[in-house]
Amino acid sequence: MAWAAGWNWQLDGWIVVAGVLCAVAAALLGNFLVLRKMSMLGDAISHGVLPGLAAAFFLTGSRSSLPMFLGAVLFGVLTAVMTQWIRDLGRVDEGAALGVTFTALFALGLVMIVRAADRVQLDPGCVLYGALELTPLDRWDLAGWEIPRVVVVLGVVLMLNLVFVTLLYKELKLCSFDPALATTSGFHAGLLHYLLMSLVAVTAVASFESVGNILVVAMFIVPPATAALLTDRLGRMIVWSAVLAALSAVLGHIGALAVPEWFGYRSTTTSGMMAFAAGGFFLLAALFAPRYGWVARTLRQHQWAWRVLAEDVIAVMYRWDEREPGGAVRRSRLQKQLVTGSFALRVVLIWQRLRGRMRLEAGGYCLTERGIRYGRGLVRSHRLWEQYLVSAAGVPLERLHEEAERLEHFTGEALRQRLVQATNAPRRDPHGTPIPPES
Amino acid sequence: MMLRFSFPRWWAVLIWLVVPAAGVAAGPEGPVRASWTLPVAELPRIRGVGECDLSAAPDRMFGVAPGSGGRAFSPRPESAGARSTAPAAGRGSHWRRLWRLEDYNTRIVLLGTGLLGLASGVIGSFTLLRRRALVGDALSHAMLPGLAIAFLLAVGWGHSGRSLPLLLSGAAVSGLLGMAVILLIRHGTRLHEDTALGIVLGVFFGAGVALLGVVQQMPAGHAAGLEDFIFGKTASMVARDAWLIGAVAFGGLLICLLLFKELRLLSFDDQYARAKGFPVVALDVLLIGLVVLVTIVGLQAVGLVLMIALLIIPAAAARFWTERMDRMTGLAAGIGAFSSLMGASLSALFPQLPSGATIVLVAAGLFFGSMLLAPSRGVLARVLRRRRLERMFARQHLLRALDASRARHGAAGWSVTFETLLAARSWSARSLRRELRRARRAGWVERRPGDGWCLTPAGASRAARLTREHRLWELYLLTHADVAAGRVDHRAEMIEEVLDPQTLQRLEAMLAEELGAVPEDSVPPGPLGAVESPRADGGA
Repeated sequence: MAWAAGWNWQLDGWIVVAGVLCAVAAALLGNFLVLRKMSMLGDAISHGVLPGLAAAFFLTGSRSSLPMFLGAVLFGVLTAVMTQWIRDLGRVDEGAALGVTFTALFALGLVMIVRAADRVQLDPGCVLYGALELTPLDRWDLAGWEIPRVVVVLGVVLMLNLVFVTLLYKELKLCSFDPALATTSGFHAGLLHYLLMSLVAVTAVASFESVGNILVVAMFIVPPATAALLTDRLGRMIVWSAVLAALSAVLGHIGALAVPEWFGYRSTTTSGMMAFAAGGFFLLAALFAPRYGWVARTLRQHQWAWRVLAEDVIAVMYRWDEREPGGAVRRSRLQKQLVTGSFALRVVLIWQRLRGRMRLEAGGYCLTERGIRYGRGLVRSHRLWEQYLVSAAGVPLERLHEEAERLEHFTGEALRQRLVQATNAPRRDPHGTPIPPES
Repeated sequence: MMLRFSFPRWWAVLIWLVVPAAGVAAGPEGPVRASWTLPVAELPRIRGVGECDLSAAPDRMFGVAPGSGGRAFSPRPESAGARSTAPAAGRGSHWRRLWRLEDYNTRIVLLGTGLLGLASGVIGSFTLLRRRALVGDALSHAMLPGLAIAFLLAVGWGHSGRSLPLLLSGAAVSGLLGMAVILLIRHGTRLHEDTALGIVLGVFFGAGVALLGVVQQMPAGHAAGLEDFIFGKTASMVARDAWLIGAVAFGGLLICLLLFKELRLLSFDDQYARAKGFPVVALDVLLIGLVVLVTIVGLQAVGLVLMIALLIIPAAAARFWTERMDRMTGLAAGIGAFSSLMGASLSALFPQLPSGATIVLVAAGLFFGSMLLAPSRGVLARVLRRRRLERMFARQHLLRALDASRARHGAAGWSVTFETLLAARSWSARSLRRELRRARRAGWVERRPGDGWCLTPAGASRAARLTREHRLWELYLLTHADVAAGRVDHRAEMIEEVLDPQTLQRLEAMLAEELGAVPEDSVPPGPLGAVESPRADGGA
């Protein structure tokens, strides 16, 4: 817990604030990138802005922030526009169009920077790969408050994104899910698209100038993707993504301080750990999300299989009980009859014993009174269905059993009542076996 | 059977590749002894490019590494002594020396980058058609944590941590793990492939950066130079790197050649491939394994952004030129190799052109050239085709409008004013004037005194034929609507070219029945009157 002792609100507090602001700002827009299948755009834009930085430097001859920022944003938007242009004009796959655009622009920027490097110390690394740890050092004096510059910039960007998403929520929603309908209902889907792209570029540039490229690329995608696994509604998805982004930022900084300590090292890069924390949340959601998680889906898939097996066990034992009442059944015999795995059968038998439908005796398993009643319902359904299939649907005798075997699992007492009516209350099924009475 | 696959375009490239290969094989003391180095060697070292510590590794991944960014060629240490003999001769002599491959270092760099371009062009074709162009991007970022972990483990076990095979296998494991995660996310959740790529890219790279933060704290000396192994050093590429690239490129090409049919099917229609019993998952893993392999050797040699570019751009450029997979693969290999050779050569000739970036720019230039100029899929060709079609429709519209007007007013002394014509259809005055001008030049219409337009005899017969054909098409669509849609060829001027004679005869009989046997060249308004069927108009 050395990290907690070394926690300094003046330093760590501001780092966390900057991280949270950046993460939330990116996640807000990221929802729409994920929905529109443009997730890789954040990565592309963060590479594509390089010529903008170089051009701003060439034009103004200084390394002041504002022209650099404008140049970068301009080229960020250009990356998005060019991608679309190549995709539509050249009919190239979206991913390939993106790849061509950003690598070409990046290479162009690199050549420009190398040419400039003769005259000035322009380090692209420092623009592309910010240092979150240095955030608290560069401060602005705002109305008596000493606030880090980065926090102010990111705060403004976050407000901008928040206003954009809340004001144009309806339009964004329509455009993300059905651009054709959006166009026909009279507003400019293209305009909204470019507005979104501009804000993505602004967010990306503002973020990686201060907190680093990795963090913004990860935060555009990972929290919204996590949120998409948690809910089906866009509003909730946005809120979830913002919450998850903020949590990953906080946890990431704590992790950056604490985790290396366990292995005997000093703290590591905060932005990397923030991305990693977001990945951890995604893993949790992918496994345990209530509807779309792996566990829930696997359980849902197997639910029916388990239920059918559990009912088949009772039905088989009921039939044997009909022939020789009171006889106990060994598990091996059941397993042979039902053609199932020994583990699954064991689980089902334990479950049925817990439900009080059978008991374990010296000679094997016996149905209890409750089990007999349950089995009678199943077998009655089965035989009523057989009768119905013969009399009403004309299914040939040799296929009766299969059909009825499937249908018995979906038949309750009310449906049995209607089957009785439809088949004129038969006493025996088509094979001549008596149909047990309702209990 | 599969070796039927031939690359006529490769020969030019092969010659270029064989020559430097022979030179490399001969070694520095080979037949053309390197007594000369490129003047670029005198370039002052650029801050943040040459001498970064490991904390700058991520910058390097973004291509500021010596390989993809920084210097162009610089001499190998053993030839450093030769630097002083760098000639003060003009550029002409540089060209000559470059093209004759007199410098050992140049030979190595050309061979290495050329082979890399060749292999990544071929592999990139398959990933492009599989709609996985950005997989290289995600994978190359995903390699960082494996690399850092391999380094930490090596140091932990008391090795130097700089052993290349260990680092490369760490990167490979991490890349393959990233790929497995991409496939799991794609098939196991409801997220799309692009999101899966983005998640892997962001999270793995983040983890890698966090791990590098730890690696940085290793006792000094251990970590130094780690980034050189990985993040590119085109400039100081040594023969061993070139041979490594060569081996990987050869292996990759061989696999692609042997499994060409299977990979082609996978790229175009994996559902069908699965139905035919191909091991789709295994093939997918194989293809991705090839991407990982070529990315690893490429990253180590030339840097990250260049590697991504080489996997995407040549294949995307080749796609414009052909519809056949074998030709596309060969062309992509050619474009990849050519841009690598060209970029590396340019970088050697001109100071301040970083080799990696130059290669990307050459490839991008080829891409945009292909996009504009390719014969059938190119932008220019498509625009021209569309223009021709529009012109044809406009001409037909004009003739038919004139014909309809003539049929209403009788043939003798007939003429129609511009305004009447303008009102007859929804065309603008400008386009109508243009069409009239064109038709007059073709000798189909003439101008009567008093602002009237009329058809010449040649134009009249052509217009009558058009009207008749139009009517026949309408009839055909009315009576054979169930099959018609597929048969209507808007570009065919003659119905005879499209329909079989029996159908045509039947249609003619029907038309004659409706009109009461009228001679072919003077058909009055038909069953649909003045209503035009947009369908038979060709949807114009």
